[in-house]
Amino acid sequence: MNLENPQDEIKLDDLGGGSQAGLKEQKHNPLIRMAGLFALSRWYVKLLIVLGCLVIPLVVPSNYAMRVIIYIGLYIVLALGLNVVMGFTGLLNIGHAAFYAVGAYTTAILMVKYGMSFWLTIPVGMIFGILFGILLGFPTLRVRDDYLAIVTLGFGQIVYIVANNWMGLTRGPRGIPGIPAPRIGFSDWQFVIDSYPAYYYLILLFVFITIYACVRIIDSRVGLAWMAIREDEDVAAVMGINLVYYKTLAFGFSAALGALAGSFFAVFQSFVSPNSFTILESVIIITIPILGGLGSIPGTIIGAVVMIGGPEIFRSASEYRMVLMGAFMVIMMIVRPQGLFGKKLYQQTYKM
Amino acid sequence: MFWQQMVNSISLGALYSLLAIGYTMVYGIIKLINFAHGEIFMCGAFFTWWIMTGFSIPFPVAALMGIMLSTLLGIGVERIAYRPLRNAPRFAVIISVLGMSIFLQNMARIVWGAEFQTFDVDFGLAPILIGNVVIPFKKIFILATSLILMAALGLYVKKTYIGKAMRATAADPEAAEMMGININAVIVLTFAIGSALGAVAGILFAINYNSIDPFMGFNAGLKAFTAAVLGGIGNIYGAMIGGILLGIFEGIGAGYVSSLYRDAFAFGVLILVLIFRPEGLLGELGKSTRRDKTR
Repeated sequence: MNLENPQDEIKLDDLGGGSQAGLKEQKHNPLIRMAGLFALSRWYVKLLIVLGCLVIPLVVPSNYAMRVIIYIGLYIVLALGLNVVMGFTGLLNIGHAAFYAVGAYTTAILMVKYGMSFWLTIPVGMIFGILFGILLGFPTLRVRDDYLAIVTLGFGQIVYIVANNWMGLTRGPRGIPGIPAPRIGFSDWQFVIDSYPAYYYLILLFVFITIYACVRIIDSRVGLAWMAIREDEDVAAVMGINLVYYKTLAFGFSAALGALAGSFFAVFQSFVSPNSFTILESVIIITIPILGGLGSIPGTIIGAVVMIGGPEIFRSASEYRMVLMGAFMVIMMIVRPQGLFGKKLYQQTYKM
Repeated sequence: MFWQQMVNSISLGALYSLLAIGYTMVYGIIKLINFAHGEIFMCGAFFTWWIMTGFSIPFPVAALMGIMLSTLLGIGVERIAYRPLRNAPRFAVIISVLGMSIFLQNMARIVWGAEFQTFDVDFGLAPILIGNVVIPFKKIFILATSLILMAALGLYVKKTYIGKAMRATAADPEAAEMMGININAVIVLTFAIGSALGAVAGILFAINYNSIDPFMGFNAGLKAFTAAVLGGIGNIYGAMIGGILLGIFEGIGAGYVSSLYRDAFAFGVLILVLIFRPEGLLGELGKSTRRDKTR
């Protein structure tokens, strides 16, 4: 990397949060220089993407397509949250739907029972999410790998069982209907978010906040510590990284994003029931960063577009969706374990 | 009431033991959890039901065929989801096997339908009455089958030459290979035995509840895994004890606290064990919790 002339730096994936090793050779390759003009780090590329996102409701013809696009946004928030734990910290979490459920139920209960404003329920939901994240993060300090997978699986299942059986709080399988639409404004001027374009802009805002938060935290000391833990936990501990603190932080951060998505889901659907937060939901969320590339933010976003948008295109095959997803997970791990846009992990590059 | 509850709990616990053995044997050899084991359990019951009702073949023959098919399925799982990833990071293997499990579960849903199917086996024998405790014959059948199979497995692993090879592979795969043991054959055999026992557990489970559905493997598998961890994963006797203990815990929890939270109770036990005694009751410290860098 040429430090004297920083303008010449070519960053192919700034958002990836990885190292820029090997750039010296790339600099002299004209093709890569050309590609660098369209890299995500260029301000005009970012502006184009934002503008492109803003005009989507104007060009999309049907409400149905709009609905699918809103779901893609929702899953981008969920998958980016999970990506923090799975992709950057390297901890398996097969219970992400639990945080999603916590956010959705917090918003639903506070809005329906206590008439709270949607905007206030978001921070409350996120705080509850963080508490659950810490609760789940705690066992991770003791267990690793496949044990961790089982613990998170069990945790997700416990949250589902509680949501299904605690009639007094969640009304069990009957769910909570009639969640009001969010409002902006004061007593005499009110804007109600109840149309598809309005919901689209709301989720777009959440997606941008999530991407920004992820990029910033990944490029910080915290992100470096997470990646060090992912590459080798023991070495990271020896280097002075506080495993307890950073692992809990990863789970808390991930859970807060999961809860944010849940809050949106509650008002968008205006109905929550335990069936939206089954183990299959967690699996769908997991497959997104796996497809896009664990530890890659652009990859995860593309993964969400493919995984959520894809099955809608082939609606006739919806019955086979889960079968294909399972087969896909196996094949992906055999053929390209780092995902479409992911980088090889240290552990994969160098066999120990 | 208490003893009635106990009889049910112990026969259910024996089922968990049988299923837990599959997890613990595979873990002992390759140090990985076979997430697809619950699906083998489910397929065992479904194959038997399918052969029994579809071809009107009597139960014992159908059960044997079902066990054989499930064993083949277990070997297939090893061949497809594990072997290509033998040297991959554990992360990749877990996701691959999880994918296998989802694949099998939903394949079963498509082939056999998502609704509950009646699995009816009539032994034609009257329940036994001890005091005022009613013991249906099927409970005795379940308990006896489980105990006989577990004893047979214990002897097989302890006394035979192949059992010795299995123990050697579990202790140190590289050294075992240098001693001339065919590791691949041992792994396949382990999957085969584990799957066969899992299929038997599935059939006994179906006899116990008289109904089967494509998603029954998930909860039962998670509970059996809990049992394996409770007893000390990698240890066959631990799996036996852990299963029966979990059955009793669950029976007490469901009977005296709330039956709605029966499943949550089992997972709670799992999480507590993993936090406070990850090596389990009979496991050795450091052996089961060791992070194996070569995998």
